[in-house]
Amino acid sequence: MIGGMTAATVALSMFSLQEGASLGTLVPAILVALLIAMAGCALLNATIERVAYRPLRRAPRLVPLITAIGVSFILQNVALIWKGSAPIAMPRSLPDGSIFTIATCPNCVVYTWNRLFPILITVPVLIGLVWLVRYTRRGKAMRATAQDKDAAAMMGIDVNRTIAFVFLLAGALAGAAGVLFAFYFQTIRYDTGFTIGLIAFTAAVLGGIGNLPGAVLGALLIGLIQAFVEGLSWHSPGPGWTTTVVFSILIMILVFRPQGLLGEQTPEGG
Amino acid sequence: MARLNVRDRMQSGFWRGLEAVGIRDARRRWEAQSPFLQRSLPPLVIAALVLVLAWVAGVPPHPTLLGLLAVVYALYLLPRRARRIALPLTVLGIALAYPFLWANELNGTNALFEIPVFKAFPNMDTMVAIVIFAMMAIGLNMVVGYAGLLDLGYVAFYAIGAYTAAWFASPHFASVDFEFGAIGVPEGVDGFHISIWLVVIIAAIITAVAGVLIGLPTLRLRGDYLAIVTLAFGEIIHQAALNGDADGISALLDTKTDFNLTNGAFGINPVDPPGFGSWLSDHLGLPADFIVENGTYVNFVTLIYWSAIGLLLFTVFCSIRLRDSRLGRAWIAIREDEVAAAAMGVPLMRTKTWAYAGGAFFGGIAGAWYGSFKQGVFPDDFLLNFSIFILCMVILGGMGNVWGAIAGAAFLTYLDKEGLSNMAGWFNERDFVLFQCEPVAQDPSKPFSAGCLNAPLLATGIYGSILVLAMLFRPQGLIPEERRQREIEEGVHDEPLMDVRQAPEEGPG
Repeated sequence: MIGGMTAATVALSMFSLQEGASLGTLVPAILVALLIAMAGCALLNATIERVAYRPLRRAPRLVPLITAIGVSFILQNVALIWKGSAPIAMPRSLPDGSIFTIATCPNCVVYTWNRLFPILITVPVLIGLVWLVRYTRRGKAMRATAQDKDAAAMMGIDVNRTIAFVFLLAGALAGAAGVLFAFYFQTIRYDTGFTIGLIAFTAAVLGGIGNLPGAVLGALLIGLIQAFVEGLSWHSPGPGWTTTVVFSILIMILVFRPQGLLGEQTPEGG
Repeated sequence: MARLNVRDRMQSGFWRGLEAVGIRDARRRWEAQSPFLQRSLPPLVIAALVLVLAWVAGVPPHPTLLGLLAVVYALYLLPRRARRIALPLTVLGIALAYPFLWANELNGTNALFEIPVFKAFPNMDTMVAIVIFAMMAIGLNMVVGYAGLLDLGYVAFYAIGAYTAAWFASPHFASVDFEFGAIGVPEGVDGFHISIWLVVIIAAIITAVAGVLIGLPTLRLRGDYLAIVTLAFGEIIHQAALNGDADGISALLDTKTDFNLTNGAFGINPVDPPGFGSWLSDHLGLPADFIVENGTYVNFVTLIYWSAIGLLLFTVFCSIRLRDSRLGRAWIAIREDEVAAAAMGVPLMRTKTWAYAGGAFFGGIAGAWYGSFKQGVFPDDFLLNFSIFILCMVILGGMGNVWGAIAGAAFLTYLDKEGLSNMAGWFNERDFVLFQCEPVAQDPSKPFSAGCLNAPLLATGIYGSILVLAMLFRPQGLIPEERRQREIEEGVHDEPLMDVRQAPEEGPG
């Protein structure tokens, strides 16, 4: 959410982005927005980890959870102080010419360039992440820490640094997601991130916590379900019930298949 | 530890100062005095000094303030065991007498003194909200404080309670005409009209059942997952309330229906106000109707307020008795160590579900009563923010402590309803160097604009900060519960297998 805000600010103030801007302005604008938003959010998240979570690493389980809720409320309020409660509008900057068309209009499906944009960013990020977690020393340290902090520490892994790195990474990804959101939906507000965050969590749980391709699969499924609930005329309950349906799915999965579609058994579920 | 040192140093400095003035052996002679004198004299001297200084500075002591200080001082003098009983009774007495103090404030006779920064004392509407939210805080405290289950969807129970009141005591279901001991509505108005006292009981039972239904699938989860699922339930209830009108239900069921459950975004309005009805009025002298002024009774809000205090006392009683019961001890055992509790034969699921049902029960009572007090139920009252608001009360006061929950509720509700806007008013009246308020240029959508403070917009940030700061610096809360404090100090948690106390700060990697 902060990421999206940053993106909007960067795009509007530094590049004075307008409707139908040329590719020459658009690409650097997106890249700079991405860079600044990712770096900013990464630093912010790492700072939060240092200040609010690290002192509580040995506290009872409830304590860091409550802190996390508190932090999310504080962040929302920071965004409110920064930008006010009115939504920020972005220009329709992404090109929306069609790439290909299925069937003949008016009953056609048009795939436009702006729809390709999130995929263009997500796929390289996903590949990079999978590589990082599966094949690097850092990734191995991350997985070891997740399994057992104490054993990881005994094996010579710097637990604090590993966790801080994870928070940096998570912040950067959230910042990137914010940029995508701001450019694609063209409107962003201080509390945009909340529901999206919950839906993202649902997607991660659906795919299986700790499983990156699973998270992407989960997100795709949730997106499809949302589309069916909201738009397609086939017996759909309409947009009013989206969150209800998505969260019902979340509850069902956690109850019946806590390991998710592709995941392994975790101690928290089941 | 550091604070103790400062205190010690100040004390020894004081005695050395006396020596320097020429009073010899002051400390030894003082410590030879009776313990009662040693305890009673210093606060008296300090208070007198402060009051005289304030008087000299132009603030004459207010009689109400002096009275309050005297009460506090008397409580301070009481021995510990007597104070345990006297303190709640005093607070109760002041709370019961508050409507009269407030009436004086409105008349201008013997008005209350002004609180610095916050300016005003809470008005009666806020007092009612405080009492009702305290009830909810106690209910949530059962789940979070006793059983240690983080519930972020407590607002769902509030919503269910409030909507129950709206269904059984309002003209909403116009096709039915059913009255039973109804108050506040003339005969022959359509819809269910059941006496609010019965509605409160119905609401409590319905929410308790809802608590069981929500709890059964979710309570098998632990930690983060339970928190998220309860949060999701809260959101589902909110959305169901928002879309529970004929259109929304038709869309959900994919068939055309005229059944309107919650009246959508407009909410159910009006809901019948409370009262005792003519039979109880004739036989016991209780007010038949909270709206009509009849002779001795002051007004609507005061009667609601006193009745709410009655319900709060009931809640406190149940909460404390439950905590000391077999069930309550099982809750605390689960909170401290789930595995050990299970090994000792505590049935985990059943015990947790009872905690949920218990918390929901009181949430339902409070919700129904608040709906009846506001005479309307609106879906946007039931957002996540409210769950966090109540959670904040429990945590600020001290998890597991009933009195802490009440104190937290009083403080935060006052802040939310009046305190923050009063504070902003105080801030904006003054010309600080950086903040010179220009009301004309103020942007109402921002907390800070044109040098003006719009404090109510900072509410979520304040709740968040309270949660974080409390967790970092005082996880046991302002009024800690003894057992909980020991748990936190000794670090009881669910990962006892390899208890490496301190993770290495620096290592190869």
